[in-house]
Amino acid sequence: MKYIEPHGHMVSRTTDDYEKLALSGCEAICEPAFWAGFDRSSADGFYDYFRQLTEYEPKRAAKYGIKHYSWLCINPKEADDPGFAREVMSLIPQFLDCPNVLGIGEIGLNKNTRNELMIFEEHVQLAVDRDLPILIHTPHLEDKLKGTRLILDSLATFSQLDRAKVIIDHVEEHTISHVLDAGYWAGMTLYPESKCSSNRAIDMLELYGPERLWMNSACDWGHSDPLAVPKCALEMKRRHHSEEAIEQIIYQNPRQFLSQSPRFLP
Amino acid sequence: MPSKKELLDLQFIDARHKLIDIAAFLDRIDRHPGEPDYRYQALQKALPILLTERPDRARAVLESFSDHSTGVSESAPFQGAFGAALPDRVLSVES
Repeated sequence: MKYIEPHGHMVSRTTDDYEKLALSGCEAICEPAFWAGFDRSSADGFYDYFRQLTEYEPKRAAKYGIKHYSWLCINPKEADDPGFAREVMSLIPQFLDCPNVLGIGEIGLNKNTRNELMIFEEHVQLAVDRDLPILIHTPHLEDKLKGTRLILDSLATFSQLDRAKVIIDHVEEHTISHVLDAGYWAGMTLYPESKCSSNRAIDMLELYGPERLWMNSACDWGHSDPLAVPKCALEMKRRHHSEEAIEQIIYQNPRQFLSQSPRFLP
Repeated sequence: MPSKKELLDLQFIDARHKLIDIAAFLDRIDRHPGEPDYRYQALQKALPILLTERPDRARAVLESFSDHSTGVSESAPFQGAFGAALPDRVLSVES
C-alpha cells in the first residue's frame, strides 16, 4: 500500500528507518524544520541544519526510492528570543528556491508567549508574501487548547491568507473542530504516548470525515514510530474501512494539500 | 462500520489492560511518600468524566487537563509541558 509521510524529522532517524519506510510503501516524506532537542548556540547552527534539510537528507532518502521534501522556519521553541529568531529568519530566503522546499513550517507556538506569537506572525507574512503553503505546530499537552485558539485568532488577522494552503498539525479531540470549522487543513499526529493513538485518530476520522485531514508520525528523536501511518492504516482495515478510504487519508489527502506547492511531484 | 461486539472483540482486552494500569498507578502514588501534586489532582478530577454518558469523553478529559488562562506573557518562564495545567490555570469543564 503506497502512502505519503507528510511530517517526519528524518535528521533524527537512522538509515534503517528509511529502509523500513520504503518497505512499508512510503513514496514521499516531508520534513519540517524543528527543535533538535537542544537550543542551537548561534544562527550558524540553523544554516547548517537548513543545508542538511535541503541537500543531504534528500540524497539519503533517494537511496531508498523515497522523495524527500522540507519546510523551513525557526521552530517556536527557539523563537522566544525575537532577536535570535530574526537572525535565523534572515537565512531562510536563500533556501526557499531549493528544489525540495515546499513552504514555511513548522511554525506555531510552544508556551503561548507574546514573543512566540510575534515571530509566528512574521513567518506567516513571509509565506503570504511568497504565496507559500504553511505547516503549523500546535503546542504540547496542557498548552495545546490555548495555543490553538491564539493561532486561529492570529491567522484571522491575515486578510490575504488562503486558508486552503495552511495545515494546523497535532490536533486532538479538543482542537480538531476549531481548526476544521475555520477552514484550515488539520493534521493528526500518531504518537505512542502523547498526541493521538491510531484508534483515536480513526475515531476523529469517522466523526469529522476525511475532508482536509491527514495523518503523520512526526517521528523524531523522542518516543515516536516512523511506521505509525501504515500501522494506523492496518487498524483502519481492522475497523472495516475500505481500501479506498484508507488510500484517501494516507495518500490522496496529503498529495492534494502538498500539490499546492509546484515543487511537490507525486 | 463494525458492531459493538466486533469492537469489543478487537479492543476490550486492551482497554481492560489500560484501566487496570491506571488503578495500579493510583495505588502506587497513594502508598509512596511525598507531597500532594497538581498532576495527580488533575487526574482525579478527570476520572469521573469516564462515567458520564456524554458522547465526547475524550474531548472533555483533554479540556480538563488544559490551560484555560487567557493572558499572554511576554516570554516563557520555563520550557516544556507536563500534561496538566498549573492549578491557577484550570477551569471547571462541565460541558
